[in-house]
Amino acid sequence: MSRSAPLAQAAVSAETMRGPVAGGDRKGETALGGGPQMDLRRKPRVAETLIQGFLFLCGAISVLTTLGIVYVLGRESLLFFANEEVNLLKFFGGTEWQPAIGRFGIWPLVTATFMASMVAMVVALPIGLCIAIYLSEYAPRRTRNILKPILEVLAGIPTVVYGYFALTLMTPLLRGIFGRDLVEIYNTASAGIVIGILVIPLVSSMSEDALRAVPNTLRQASYGLGATRLETAVRIVLPAALSGVAAAFIVAISRAIGETMIVAIAAGAGPNFTFSPFRAAETMTGHIVRISGGDLSYDSIDYNSIFAIGLLLFLLTLSLNALSQWIVRRFREEYE
Amino acid sequence: MMALHQEHTVAEPAGGLMPSGPDYHDQVVSRRRKGRAWATVFQAAVLVGIIALCALLLNILNQSFGYVAIVNNIDPAELTVDDVPLNRLPKEKLVEILEANISAGLMRRYEHDRPFAERSRENVHALILERVVEPKVQATWGLFDSIFARGSVFAEAEERFPGSDVNFRSWLTTSFISNSQSSEPLRAGVRTAILGSLWVVAITILFSFPIGVGAAIYLEEYARKERLLNRLIQTNINNLAGVPSIIYGMLGLAIFVRILEGFTSGAFLGIGDQSTANGRTIISAGMTLGLLILPLIIINGQEAIRAVPSSLRQAGFGLGATHWQVIWHHVLPSAMPGVLTGTILAVSRAIGETAPLVVVGASTFIALDPSGPFSKFTVLPIQIYQWTSRPQDEFRNLAAAAILVLLILLLSLNASAVLLRNRFDRSQAGA
Amino acid sequence: MTVAIERPSQAQSEASRTSSSPSGTGRYAIEADKMSVHYGNFCAVRDVDMKVPTNKITAIIGPSGCGKSTVLRCFNRMNDLISSARVEGEVLFQGQNIYDDEVDPVEVRRRIGMVFQKPNPFPKTIFENVAWGTRINGFRGDMDEMVEKALQSAALWDEVKDKLQQSALGLSGGQQQRLCIARAIAVEPEIILMDEPASALDPIATLRIEDLMKELSVKYTIIVVTHNMQQAARTSDFTAFFSVDDKRTGNLIEFDDTEKIFTNPSQKSTEDYITGRFG
Ligand SMILES: Nc1ncnc2c1ncn2[C@@H]1O[C@H](COP(=O)(O)OP(=O)(O)OP(=O)(O)O)[C@@H](O)[C@H]1O
Ligand SMILES: [Mg+2]
Repeated sequence: MSRSAPLAQAAVSAETMRGPVAGGDRKGETALGGGPQMDLRRKPRVAETLIQGFLFLCGAISVLTTLGIVYVLGRESLLFFANEEVNLLKFFGGTEWQPAIGRFGIWPLVTATFMASMVAMVVALPIGLCIAIYLSEYAPRRTRNILKPILEVLAGIPTVVYGYFALTLMTPLLRGIFGRDLVEIYNTASAGIVIGILVIPLVSSMSEDALRAVPNTLRQASYGLGATRLETAVRIVLPAALSGVAAAFIVAISRAIGETMIVAIAAGAGPNFTFSPFRAAETMTGHIVRISGGDLSYDSIDYNSIFAIGLLLFLLTLSLNALSQWIVRRFREEYE
Repeated sequence: MMALHQEHTVAEPAGGLMPSGPDYHDQVVSRRRKGRAWATVFQAAVLVGIIALCALLLNILNQSFGYVAIVNNIDPAELTVDDVPLNRLPKEKLVEILEANISAGLMRRYEHDRPFAERSRENVHALILERVVEPKVQATWGLFDSIFARGSVFAEAEERFPGSDVNFRSWLTTSFISNSQSSEPLRAGVRTAILGSLWVVAITILFSFPIGVGAAIYLEEYARKERLLNRLIQTNINNLAGVPSIIYGMLGLAIFVRILEGFTSGAFLGIGDQSTANGRTIISAGMTLGLLILPLIIINGQEAIRAVPSSLRQAGFGLGATHWQVIWHHVLPSAMPGVLTGTILAVSRAIGETAPLVVVGASTFIALDPSGPFSKFTVLPIQIYQWTSRPQDEFRNLAAAAILVLLILLLSLNASAVLLRNRFDRSQAGA
Repeated sequence: MTVAIERPSQAQSEASRTSSSPSGTGRYAIEADKMSVHYGNFCAVRDVDMKVPTNKITAIIGPSGCGKSTVLRCFNRMNDLISSARVEGEVLFQGQNIYDDEVDPVEVRRRIGMVFQKPNPFPKTIFENVAWGTRINGFRGDMDEMVEKALQSAALWDEVKDKLQQSALGLSGGQQQRLCIARAIAVEPEIILMDEPASALDPIATLRIEDLMKELSVKYTIIVVTHNMQQAARTSDFTAFFSVDDKRTGNLIEFDDTEKIFTNPSQKSTEDYITGRFG
C-alpha cells in the first residue's frame, strides 16, 4: 500500500479545498469568512462583557442585602441606645418593657420568645425525628412517595393560616383540656404548639436527608450481627447521622424564634414577664409586628426600639444558622 | 455481646456467655416486641402530622360555612308592595321605598353621587338592604354544628336571639370575591386584597426573577470558586435564606419606605396618592418580598443549572460559541423547568407572607382598588390577619373564607407550575 | 516510505527524518511544541512535541489515563473550561500560538472542531443542531442548503432528510454521533478533533464512522483518540503513542506512520502495548 498518492492529493487540497463544507469550489473564501490566512485575535465582545458585569451585580445584590440589614438594624439600634432613657444595662437587665413610661427591659419579650420556641421544640423535635426515622428506615418506597408531598403541603401553608389555626382551634382545645381559668385566651402554649406543627416538615425532611446519607453498608453490617430494625435505626444509623439531625434541630429552633404571625395572632399583645405558657405574653417578633402595625413616626423611640429588638433577633438566628452549618461541615465525613 | 469484644481467641463457641436456646429465643422475642412498639410510635408520629394538616383544613372549612342568625332592622317582608316581594319589585317602587325610609339628606347625597335615573335596579335594591333592612349578624355556627347538631343550633338561636332569621350561609361566595372591603361583615369582600396581592407579587417577580436567575448564572457559570469574593457571595446567600422574614420587613421599612420614599411614593412622577404621600406602597412591598425570596430563587436556580449536563456545554463551546451563547441557547433552556419550579415555590412563599408587609406598612383599611405600583395596598394575608384579630365571630368566618381563597390561589399556582414544567419538558424534547 | 514527523526523542527523529513530504505552509495543521498540562499540581502530560500533518487522519493511542483526551482538548483550548487546568508550551495553528494572550479561544474552537466520546446532540431539532453553530458564527447564506450539505458530508442526509424538524434525541446513537460530526463540519473548521468517537457505538455504526472519517480526511485534518487498535490501524495515516511514567504523567513515546507503528515500532513499549503485553 503506497502512501504517496494520498499525500500528493493532500498537498493540492490544502491549497484549494480548505473550508467549504461539501465539495465547494469557492477557493478559500467561505460563507463564514476567514480564508487560508486567518485572524485568531481576540475581538472585543462588548455585549459579553456587559452581560457578565450585570450578572456579577445580580450576585452582589445579595451581599448588599446583608449589608443593608446590618446597616439599618445597627444604625437605628445605635440611635435607640443613644437615647438617654435607655442603656445597655437596662436593656439587658430590665424585666419590664413599657415604652410609654420609658422602661425598656428586653426580658419579657425574650422569655416569651423562648417559651413559645421551647414548646414548639417539644412538639417538633420528637415528632419530626420519628417521622424522619419512619420515612428513611421503615416506610416502603410508595408510602414515602405519598407522605412526602403531604408534609410539603404542611410546609407550604402560609403562617397566617397557622395563626388562625392556633387561635380558633388550638386555644379552645387547650382551654377545654386544662380549664378556662388556667389558660388565657391568648397564650404562648397554643402558639408554641402550632409553631411546632409548622416546623415538623423542616425537622423531618432535613433529618431524613441526614439519615438517608448514611451508607447502606453500615445497615447491612448491623443486620448481619443479628440486630433488629429498631436497633439498627436507633443505635447505628441515628448516631451516624447525628450531625445532620443536630443541624436540623438548630435550624428548627432558629425558625421558631423568627416565626412571627402565629405569635402575633395567638400569643398575646402586651409584654408580660411570665414563665407560665398558659398566660398571654408578647414575643420579640410579635412586638415588632404590633408596634409597626400602628402608625409609627420615624425616629421616635418606639421606631428605634423595634430595630434594637430586630438586631437581637437577627444576631440570634444568624448565629444559630451559622452553628448548624458549622456542625454539618465539621462532622460531615465522620462516617464516610 | 460484650464477650465478643474481649475475647480475641476463638474459644468454645460463646463459652456460655452468649445466651442460646430458649433463653436466646425469649430475648429475641422481647427485642422484636420492642421493635414493633417503636415502629408503631414512628407511624403514630406520621399520623400526628397528617392529623394536624387535616385539623387545620377542616377547621377552616368549618368556619367558612354554617348557620348564621341575622336580625333585620326592618323585615323585608314588611316592605312588600301589593304582595310583591322586595326582590321582585321594579326599580321605581324600590326608589320609593328607599325615599320613604331614609333621611332626605342621605337621599340627596345618593342622588348627588349618581342620579337614581342612572342607577340599576340591583344597585337600588342593594341600597335598600344596606340602609333600610340593615341585617346584622348576631351569631354564627360552624359547619359541623350546622350539620350534626342542627336542632340545638335552632334552639339556641331561638332562645338567645328571638326573632332572628337563621340561615345557612356560605361565607365564600362570588360576591365575597368581587366585593371590596367593608366594615359590615355581610357585605365585606376580598377584591381589594386579591388585587393587592396580584400587584405586589407581580412586582416581586419582576424584581427577583431576573436578578435571582442572573445571580444563579453568575455563581454557576462565571464565578471562580477559589476567589474569596465569590465564596463570600455564596455563603451570604445561604445565610440570607435563614433570616426571619420580619427582618426583611424592617429592611424594607427603613430602605424602601423611608430612604427611597421619593421613589416608592411615586412623588418623582408626580403621581400616587399625594394626600398620604409616603412610601408605604405596592412597589415597596413588592421589592421587600423580592429581596426575601431572592435567596430561594438563586439557590433553586443554581441547582437547576448545575443539573445541566456538561456535555451540552462542551458541544456548544466546541462549535466556537461564546460563553454567553452557550448559556443562553443551551444551559438556560435546559435549566428552565427547574428554575421555573423553584421560582414558583418562592413566589408561593411571597404570596403567603404577612409579617414583613405589616412592618412595611400595609393599610389597615382600604376599600379602593390599587391603581398601580404607587398605590397604598393591602394583601390577602394582611386581610386575613386583620379579620382574625377582631373578636367578633363573623370576622373569623370572613377570615376563614379569605384563607380558602388564599389556599386555592396557592394550589392553582403550584398546579400551574407542574403543568408548565411538563409542557416545557415536552417542547424541549419534541420541537 | 516515511513522512516527516517530529518525535519527542532527538535520537529517534534523526533516524527517521528522511523527508519526501511536500513542502509549503500547508504541511502541518497543528504543532505542539514542548506542551505540558497540569491539573492543579498534577502534571498530566509533559513536553509533547507533535506536528500533525494537514488533511490526514492522525490517531492517538495509549493506555487509559495517559492524557490522550487532555492533549486533544489542548488543541482547541477546551481545557480552558476546566478551571484547574494549566497549559505550558506552545500550540501552533497556522503559525500562531493559540495560547497567546491575544488569541480568542472562541475563534480557535470554530476553526478546530470537536466530536466527543458520547454523542451529545442539543435537545433541539436535527435541523437546529446543524444550523445553530453556523448561525451564532454569523452565517448569512442559505441555511437549508448549508444544512443539507453538512448532513450529506456526514453521510446522514438520506436517513434524516424527512425528519429534519424532529428532535435529534430520537436518533440512534450512531446517527446522533454522525449528526455531531455534521454539526462540527458545518462551521467549516480546518481540523476536527475526535475523542473516542465510536466507543459508545456498535460495530456497524463504528464502521460507518470510520468510513466517514476517511471521506472527511480529504478536506479536513482529523485527529482521533481511540482505544481500538484495529480502528487506528484501519483508518489512520499516522499514529501517536502515549504512555505514562511512574508519576502517572503522560509522554509522547512515538509518533510515526501508522504502518510503521503497527509493524515495526522503534520503541519497545510501543510494541508491548500494541501486541497487548502492556503492563
Ligand atoms: N478535569 C480534570 N481534573 C483533574 N485531573 C484530570 C482532569 N481530567 C483528567 N485528569 C487527569 O489527567 C490524566 C489524563 O486524563 P485523560 O482524561 O486525558 O486520560 P485519557 O488518556 O483520555 O484516558 P482514557 O483513555 O481513559 O479516556 C488522568 O490522570 C486524569 O486523572
Ligand atoms: Mg479520554
